Amino acid sequence: MADEVILLSVWASMFGMRTRIALEEKKVKYDYREEDLWNKSSFLLEMNPVHKKIPVLIHNGKPVCESLIQVEYIDETWPGENPLLPSDPYQRAHAKFWADFIDKKVNVTARRIWAIKGEEKEASKELIEIFKTLESELGDKHYFGGETFGYVDIALIGFYSWFGVYNKFGNMSLESECPELTRWAKRCLQRESVSKVLPESEKVTKFIFQRLGLE
Amino acid sequence: MADEVVLLDYWASPFGMRARIALREKGVKFEYREENLRDKSPLLLQMNPVHKKIPVLIHNGKPVCESMNVVQYIDEVWSNKNTILPSDPYQRAQARFWIDFIDTKVYEPADKIWFTTGEVQETAKKDFIEALKILEAELGDKPYFGGDNFGFVDIAMTGYYSWFQTFEKCANFSIEPECPTLMASAKRCFFLISLVSGQPLSQISPEEVQRPSSKDVKSLWPGFEAGWRTPQPRFHYHQATKPGSAKRCLQRKTVVDSVPGPDELFALAFKLRKEYGV
Repeated sequence: MADEVILLSVWASMFGMRTRIALEEKKVKYDYREEDLWNKSSFLLEMNPVHKKIPVLIHNGKPVCESLIQVEYIDETWPGENPLLPSDPYQRAHAKFWADFIDKKVNVTARRIWAIKGEEKEASKELIEIFKTLESELGDKHYFGGETFGYVDIALIGFYSWFGVYNKFGNMSLESECPELTRWAKRCLQRESVSKVLPESEKVTKFIFQRLGLE
Repeated sequence: MADEVVLLDYWASPFGMRARIALREKGVKFEYREENLRDKSPLLLQMNPVHKKIPVLIHNGKPVCESMNVVQYIDEVWSNKNTILPSDPYQRAQARFWIDFIDTKVYEPADKIWFTTGEVQETAKKDFIEALKILEAELGDKPYFGGDNFGFVDIAMTGYYSWFQTFEKCANFSIEPECPTLMASAKRCFFLISLVSGQPLSQISPEEVQRPSSKDVKSLWPGFEAGWRTPQPRFHYHQATKPGSAKRCLQRKTVVDSVPGPDELFALAFKLRKEYGV
């Protein structure tokens, strides 16, 4: 019996992008369903009653919630194609540490730049520091995991499509402040899974501006 | 060459407790090093330069940070004994989901309950109970979150269970009326801790555990003696647990060795509150 895979998400969500990239990397056929976060479907509320958030991955009727958990699930369920996590336990723990760092530090700080008035200057400074820490971890590797695209790259890349938003509200250029990270992001965009999933930065910026009733 | 395993930790940390329990579940010989969180060792700062936090597991010189990462690492490296995570990918995803829930929805209010007062504390209490109720619904009538086996989510919760009495005392509320089955699960672990104190759990017969004497009832839940909480007449250990689970708990010597007593934790919380004028 063929697998039935459904993904509930929104196009601009950097978290939804993670799951989509993972599915694309594994060449898993899935049914993508766009949610309206201001009018959530009863299906979403049924599949994620605890948090009521996207993305939700539904595999043969069973929901998996939280984007990084979904990426790991996808890697374990479809192990053949393009491993996303290293097989060595230490390397795996290392990858999870950095994905956790991204989740704890990047999102919270980045959001303050555009979502909370008055915080943009401080939050921008903090975000640059966080990205510099990530740049230092990246070093001169092609990807965070070394030669192969994987878990940490997937955890972070979605935020690149939001650089336009952060730059505009934070009155900065993340590309100039973090050239290594920008080079890494462009390298990731050469992968089909990433270029297929990541929206154009201008589109995200326009969306946020419209959402906030600006311009 | 023998493994060298060092754990940088702090005795009262619910996160450190997770690492300790996991190591002991696997029978791993390790060196425990207590950190002074106000004067962190150069080793800690070197091994966890990003967060500078405990616990840090150092395995043959290489550090693993973040408690649930540490537990998963331990499970994968010492895979021959007492599996912690389920083997099925879907069950693993579910376990990880509940860990994430605990580390966000339980942790945030829990941290405020013992260290704040007034409206902030009241809101934290509400959020905490709400989160526990969701966990209780997930527990259902299983002896452990892991089902028949003490597992990943149970390890994550045990550290918080040890702090329950401190939360109750600091914020003047009672968790049990709100979450009776979760409390039964927590008490199951702590009954054994207070009853056993150093004695191997495997040497206590199931019958002894199931029919405690009235003298033992007082020692069941530390704090009965202190009088801050009168024994609930409706609490009977053998009603709070199914017969099989007591036997399973007997194997949980790992919990006994790894978790400090509730009274010690309250003494610490009391001291810190006083120091910071809370």
